[in-house]
Amino acid sequence: MLAFLIRRITQSVIVLLVMSVLVFVGVFYIGNPIDILIAPDASPAEYARAVKELGLDLPLWEQYFIFLKGALHGNFGNSFVYNEPALKIILDRLPATLELAFTAMVMAIFVGIPLGLVAGIQHDNWIGRNIMRFSILGFSLPTFWVGLMLIIIFSVQLNWLPSGGRGETTEFLGMHLSFLTWKGLSYLILPATNLALFKTSLAIRLTRAGVQENLQMDYVKFARAKGLSNTRIIGVHVMKNIMIPVITVLGMELGNLIAFAVVTETIFAWPGMGKLVIDSIGVLDRPIIVAYLLITVTMFIFINLIVDVMYSILDPRVRLGDQR
Amino acid sequence: MKKKLLISFVVMASLMLGASFAMARDLTLGLKGEPTSLDPHFHNVTSNNENSLFIFDRLVNQDYRQKLEPGLAESWTPVNDTTWEFKLRKGVTFHDGSPFTAEDVKFTIERIPNVPNSPSSFTFAVSAITEVEIIDPHTIRVHSEKPSPLMPRNFAAFNIVSKKAAEGMTTEDFNSGKAAIGTGPYKLVEWARGDKIVYERNENYWGKKLPWEKIIVRPISNDGTRVAALKSGDVDLINFVPPADMKHLEKAEGVTLSKSSSTRLIYLHLDSDRDDTPMVTDNDGNKIKNPMKDVRVRKAISKAINREAIASRIMDGLAIPAAQMLPDGYEGTSPNLKPEKYDPAGAKALLAEAGYPDGFRITIHGPNDRYVNDGDIAQAIAQMLTKVGIKTEVNTMPKAVYFGKASALEFSLMLVGWATDTGEHSNCIGSLLHTYDKEKGYGASNRGRYSNPVVDQKMEEALVTVDMEKHNKLLIEAVEIGMGDVGIVPIHYQVNVWGTKKGLSYHGRTDGYTLPYEIQGE
Repeated sequence: MLAFLIRRITQSVIVLLVMSVLVFVGVFYIGNPIDILIAPDASPAEYARAVKELGLDLPLWEQYFIFLKGALHGNFGNSFVYNEPALKIILDRLPATLELAFTAMVMAIFVGIPLGLVAGIQHDNWIGRNIMRFSILGFSLPTFWVGLMLIIIFSVQLNWLPSGGRGETTEFLGMHLSFLTWKGLSYLILPATNLALFKTSLAIRLTRAGVQENLQMDYVKFARAKGLSNTRIIGVHVMKNIMIPVITVLGMELGNLIAFAVVTETIFAWPGMGKLVIDSIGVLDRPIIVAYLLITVTMFIFINLIVDVMYSILDPRVRLGDQR
Repeated sequence: MKKKLLISFVVMASLMLGASFAMARDLTLGLKGEPTSLDPHFHNVTSNNENSLFIFDRLVNQDYRQKLEPGLAESWTPVNDTTWEFKLRKGVTFHDGSPFTAEDVKFTIERIPNVPNSPSSFTFAVSAITEVEIIDPHTIRVHSEKPSPLMPRNFAAFNIVSKKAAEGMTTEDFNSGKAAIGTGPYKLVEWARGDKIVYERNENYWGKKLPWEKIIVRPISNDGTRVAALKSGDVDLINFVPPADMKHLEKAEGVTLSKSSSTRLIYLHLDSDRDDTPMVTDNDGNKIKNPMKDVRVRKAISKAINREAIASRIMDGLAIPAAQMLPDGYEGTSPNLKPEKYDPAGAKALLAEAGYPDGFRITIHGPNDRYVNDGDIAQAIAQMLTKVGIKTEVNTMPKAVYFGKASALEFSLMLVGWATDTGEHSNCIGSLLHTYDKEKGYGASNRGRYSNPVVDQKMEEALVTVDMEKHNKLLIEAVEIGMGDVGIVPIHYQVNVWGTKKGLSYHGRTDGYTLPYEIQGE
């Protein structure tokens, strides 16, 4: 286990380094941020001053090494637009995104897995078929369209829930969180539902497939023959087996939720980091883009690691140390 | 039955009471842009300037048509050609209770060029100043090397900060609220980045007292979401109502729309300087000498564009065909210039006369995420040009990529927008028509590199002519020559639309700002 962890961490550092070069060079070649940031009637002297102050007059490699040196000390540079450390700006937005992503994930798990179970067991009657129809809708409807529909129905027509923004937050462990008060929660419901829809469908399909596959297996027949109750067979034995692919996929999907909640955040004016990075790309705020992508990569590496470890706990046959 | 009626009556009454109380106290604005900072001198960009006017004041204000009116300065007069005297308002206090004096003005002027890492500063407004002389706590004299007729205009561009609160403070201190102490109508309570800015009424404001105790500004960049927020009643006012939503909002109950023309000009820059322009070939794809050096070709392009059709069909009526760089009636605009008439036959004749009877090939470039319907406008123009024989391809791209390339002169024909902060014509002429001149700082956005020494000379003379009548006359002459030469091809001015809940009204502003003291409540 320890050897595995060490190897994985070394690999991760290399991945991060390569990523940083790719991202830095890529962002550099998109365009010069100063052309967007500066007032168009600024004089050439003012232009030159701003270029120099932001360090854009240096050659690419020098900019990269300044960045790398800072990054090793945990400093990703100051945002061009906000003039505050890029990392701080992103971390300020992180709780909002995490809250949204985790709520969506919890919804997907607590709705998707039970529905998937039902669909798997009752696959040949109307309940099962309707669940599957729902999951096809969840897969195929575009997120932005569903988001707008949710707003039109629940905010504009029924006036039950707010149309966007984050509402009231409560401070908890130094983070501002919404879900601790009803008022805050009411702002969270629509975007989280919007974000959860696709993942719920995914969980339904994975669970259903797993259930159907496992119900055919010998161990189920054996357990039945031994006289175990159906609840116990499905609740304990089958569940344990189908959870492996579900955890792997949902684990990866959690990363996606956090990193790419962009569409939902934009539609619901949710102040998370997805929206931040879209705004930053719009004005080529390089430090934010680079820091964000590196944070995302780190997060994926970390989630992968956790998924692998959980995998080995659920299925003792998987030995981490032997993976090459 | 009676009981039921009574209950419903009580419920209704309390709801209405609650609603009217909420109206009286809070105002929630859903605005498209979010400020990047609350330091009023850090970044010269619309949403920053707009929000800074909640907290701070300027010496000179611009009304909703950008005419100058007294702000923290009650009056301003030229003492001689190179000196302006400003009489400051007495009895004004900052949010922390300290009095506003000439020291604060001097401090502000000195601070502006020294804001570190500013991506776009306000230095332009104070660079002419050689000395700020304090005559008494409420009188200052501003000296410059050359005559500066635009000094009061420049003083309408930046906010006055408190010396006591802002000395030694950084942009970060403004963002946190520590240094964001002004004399403005509202005090900053909280800025939750990306989510909302909360302001509270300044009870000691020198100007008109406003009905709202609290104003919440929510940045909602997505057009659909902003409209939904208004319709669902989450916000009381939104700006930049998208043209596509106009029709159904006009019919929606409880929503009022208000339109205001803006100073945002959409225009074409044409490469009129180089012999070899990158995006032009003859009909067979061979390089040819730049046809747009010939004024007849530029005129033909202008005549080929049907501005009325663009305004009515692509802009849904939210555009006014343009003849110059600022709408009629602004300082320095010519009353003689009229939008070029759509005249495809005339355009063809001009092209033939210039030696291009069969036209040529060109690519029009434009952004697709910067101006209202920018990509569609470029498409429409391409079709119109193709119709008169100039076979035009379209290439649009995100603004992040576009502006860098445009400034590097990689294009031949490009769609751009211009909005002046100063509300007068010299700013437009100096940036768009004046010969590109790094030393003097003119022609910064002259991406077509149009150049005419007479225009240059008249504009430069205007800038040192303090007699405003003469000053404006020189500008009018300059713009008439420049537009006669088709230095740029003006297309239209955008019209901005605000949506408000019933009971509120906003007349809009030509600079597009949404300012609290101009929102009318009942």
